[in-house]
This record gives sequence, structure tokens and C-alpha cells, in this order.
Amino acid sequence: MITSADRDRAADILARFREAGAAPVAAAILQPAGTLLDLYGEDIRARAFTTQDPLAGEMMLRPDFTVPVVQAHMAGASDPARYCYAGEVFRRQESDPDRPREYLQAGYEVFGASDPADADAEVFALLHEVLAPCKPIAATGDLGILIAAVEGLTTSERRRAALRRHIWRPVRFRRLMERFTGQAARPGKRAALLATLEGVPVEELVARAGTAVGLRETGEIASRLGALREDAVEPPVTRSEADVLDTLLTMEGSMAEAIDPLRDMAVDLPTLGPAADRLEARADALARRGHDPAALPFAPARNRTAMEYYDGFTFTLSAPGRPDLAPLATGGRYDALTAVLGGGRGVPAVGGVVRPGLLAGLAEGA
Amino acid sequence: MIRLGVPSKGRLMDKTFDWFGRHGLTLSRTGNDREYAGQVEGAEITLVLLSAGEIPRELATGRIHLGVTGSDLVREKLVRWETKVETIARMGFGHADLVLAVPQVWIDVDTLDDLDAAAAQFRATHGHRLRIATKYHRQVREFLREHGVADYALVDSQGATEGTVLNGTAEAIADITSTGETLRANHLKVLDDGLIHASQATLFRSLPAAWDAPARRELDALRTRLAATG
Repeated sequence: MITSADRDRAADILARFREAGAAPVAAAILQPAGTLLDLYGEDIRARAFTTQDPLAGEMMLRPDFTVPVVQAHMAGASDPARYCYAGEVFRRQESDPDRPREYLQAGYEVFGASDPADADAEVFALLHEVLAPCKPIAATGDLGILIAAVEGLTTSERRRAALRRHIWRPVRFRRLMERFTGQAARPGKRAALLATLEGVPVEELVARAGTAVGLRETGEIASRLGALREDAVEPPVTRSEADVLDTLLTMEGSMAEAIDPLRDMAVDLPTLGPAADRLEARADALARRGHDPAALPFAPARNRTAMEYYDGFTFTLSAPGRPDLAPLATGGRYDALTAVLGGGRGVPAVGGVVRPGLLAGLAEGA
Repeated sequence: MIRLGVPSKGRLMDKTFDWFGRHGLTLSRTGNDREYAGQVEGAEITLVLLSAGEIPRELATGRIHLGVTGSDLVREKLVRWETKVETIARMGFGHADLVLAVPQVWIDVDTLDDLDAAAAQFRATHGHRLRIATKYHRQVREFLREHGVADYALVDSQGATEGTVLNGTAEAIADITSTGETLRANHLKVLDDGLIHASQATLFRSLPAAWDAPARRELDALRTRLAATG
């Protein structure tokens, strides 16, 4: 349950965020389910409470503030802008009965800042400051590095798009890489089908297969078969490029010591050069705000599965000696999400949330 | 006294009675045919006749110690079912497979890999996610998440699910099938790796039920009997 002490703590944090220049925004608790489902897919149903309104249709109790805050910004405000909020979020718990179903989040979001590295550092430093009495342990990541590596693969745009789409789904990402590097054998059935296609038009093969049902039309089947034929003669992704991806997925160390290896890897994948520059700029910005990049744990793939929208810097701040607790704060960059919700018009965005309910007994006791 | 829940009617009940009979326990209904009461000869067990769909819940709350029901029902109705029930015996009848099926004319789709790619293409073409009709929401969602399939939407279908594709309310289905005949009649095919769960009638033990010493002795005797009679 949310206690009044939690609410006081949330109000204090919100006041600090306002002091930092953020405008408070309100968000409805009941959100239209459609937007969330389109954004996160069916998996959100396992995490969010769904309910039904006779007029508005399917609604969800807000699982976080990101979507309504981004929508509010995209609807009109000019860049740059800083927002803050505090309120309840609701999460279904299918696997752990001890996790709370409702708790408070206090958040701080920066939109459209001209210096993204500095905005990343600003959000991190502010949340760190708010949690300072708990002596939080930081961990950082950068999904932008993975995305940059995928962009740099010497292969078809179709393959790059497939990998990009599954950055957040490790199982499928690995399976795609196995296929694209030629490790996974193509099913015999598929080779036979592609061979048949050499002599028989798709329309005829489709007609032979049975009665057409459903919305997916023969033209769509033909177009995908065309893509499969092209893919069948596409050379495999080279071992050296695949190795770079593997290294990035498992790399762990400090933020400072990640920069040089990234530059080395940029020899194989040149798109990693700009990604290393961005990481270095962020490390410098953090140093300027008093956070030593040599002491900040960093793994590019960290928080890969946390939320499907992070596409750059990510971080968590956790309570020391309390691995049982969820992170006290989480945050990251989500530039692409703003374009999705803004109907194509995107702005750089980074933000983070604190969970005031986890602080009870941590700050006071410390 | 142990309480054993079994399906209260139909072939599932008859086969359950036969199965226990083969293992030396005679189950029978008492009173008239409309009354849901029964007895067990040869053991200190109370027979509780229930609808197969209610048995998972009764096991989870511990109101019955043992229960016979389809393993698909336990998986669908109980969150984290492994923490609530233990599988004592797969009973070898009531076979039903929960499968993912797509139109036969989708000659480019044989596997989950293909389904995922087709879903991405479908969403880009039609502006909405590829719809999969089912009543087994949890199992289908967990299966697709485990295999990293994206860009699909589950639409609820409580009956005649095979017909939803023909009727244009879904592009694919996930449903229970025993022979696949209905699927074929509706111009659908099962994906090569589209078996979500192979269900069969299963004897489950409730973990939260009160397992006092006499109940434990009775359970041990039952286990011994099952082991001896194969």
C-alpha cells in the first residue's frame, strides 16, 4: 500500500524536480489501451491492468507516465522542455506475489535538449542527488551502441531492419543472427519451395495450397516470397562482424574503459565510431557533474529487456546491499518513441523515475 | 481424509474411473445420476465430483488434495502453476494439443520465424497487428514471448475459433485440436513448431492442501499403488 509518508517523499522529490526547472504535468490514470498495446505489444497485458469502459472501450490503469507525458509534449509544447510528475502506477504481478501492484513514481523528463550527452548526465545526476542519502549504486548501459552496430552490418537493409526490430528480444535476436551468419540451417522444406518458385508462379502455388481465407492477400505472400528468395542468395554476415555484436552483448566494465575497445571495434564496424563519440561525450558530461566515468559500471546491453523503448543511454540506481529490492530509480533515452507517438515528428528525449515507496527505511536509516 | 476431485460427467469421468480401476481403486458415483457425489472403495479417500474447469481452482485453494483435469486447464487458469500443484501421473487419455495455426495458403509461413516476419509485414501493410484468435490467452502470450514473436494481437474467441479466419476477425488462431480435422476444414494448417502445449488428463496434487500425517500416509499408499500397477 502507498503510505502517506510515501506521498510526502514523492512531494519532496517533485519539489526538487521543479526547482531544477521542470514543469509539472498531470496524467490520467485510465489510459486508452490501444496506444499502449500498439507501442508495447501484447506483453503489456501481462504487466498492466486492463479494464473496460462502455464508451471509451478498453482502458488500462497507467503502467507508467512515459506515454501520457510524451503525448502531452508532442501535442504542442516547444523544445526544449523539462517535465516532472508524481503519482501512482499500476502493475500486474504474474510471477512474484510480493511485488506491489500499485506504487508511486516521481519522474523527470527532458525533451529536445540540443546537447543529448549533457541531458543524459543532467537526468542521471539529478536522480542520483535525490537518492544521495541512500548512497545508491549506479549501473549504466547504452542500447544506442547495439543499434549502431546493427546499422553497420554489411548485409541487406531487410536483415538490419529485422535485427533492429528485435533489439529488445534477446531470444529472437540470437536466432536471427544464427540465421544471418549461416549457422542455422535453412529448413529443407523452404529450399524446396524456393526451387519450385523458379518454375511456377506464386499465384498458382497459393491456389494449389488451398482456399484463400483471411485478410492477408496473395500479393503479400508473393512479396514475402520475393524477399525470401533474395535473402537465400544474400551472403552470410561475416564472423568478424558477428563477433563484434557478441562482444557488445556481453561486455561489462566501467564506462571510461569501454570507450577505447569500442573505437577498436569500429575498425570492423565503422558505425561504432560515432557511438563511441557519443559515449565519450556522455562520460565527459557526467564527469563535469561530479560522476567519475571510471567508477560507473557500464554494459552496453544493460536494461535491454526492461522496456521496449530505450534506444540510448540507460541507467539504474539501486540500494546498496539490497539485491531483493527493485532499483530505486531507472531511466534512459527514448528518442524513437517520441517519433512513434508524435506521428513521425520525433524529439530527443531522456528521463527517469524514482520510486519513493522503496525509500522508506533506507534514507532515514543511512 | 484425502479429497479427490474428478470430472463430474462425460467421457473424462468414465475414463478417470477406468484409470483408477486399473490401478485397483474403484471409484463410483453414489445416489442418483443428478447428484454430484461419489465414493472410493479400498482407500480412505473422499470423491468430489466437479466440473473439469473448476478443478484447477479447487487444487490451488487446497480444498481438494488431489484432482484430475486437463494439464492445459491448469496452465491456463493457475498463475505459476508449478508452485501450486505437483504432477502425480499423466493418465494417457484426454489428449488435446494447443496449437498455432495459420491459413493453408500462407505458403511462405511454416515456422514461428516466418510468423514473426509475416506479422511485421502484415502490420506495415494493414496498419494493425496480426490478430490471433484464442481463448488460451496466457499460454499463447507466454509461448510467443518466449519465442520472441512481435506485432501480433490476441483477440478473444470463446467458441468456433477455427472459423474466425474465414469470417475475417482474425488472421491466425491458437486452439485445442485432437485430430486437426476441423482446422483443415477451415483451410488452416499448424505451424511446424506451433505446438504450444500437448495436454492430457493428469492427476495433480494440491501443494497448499492440508497434508496431515494420515493424508500423507494415504498419498504414499496411492503412490506405491500407482508405481506397482504401472
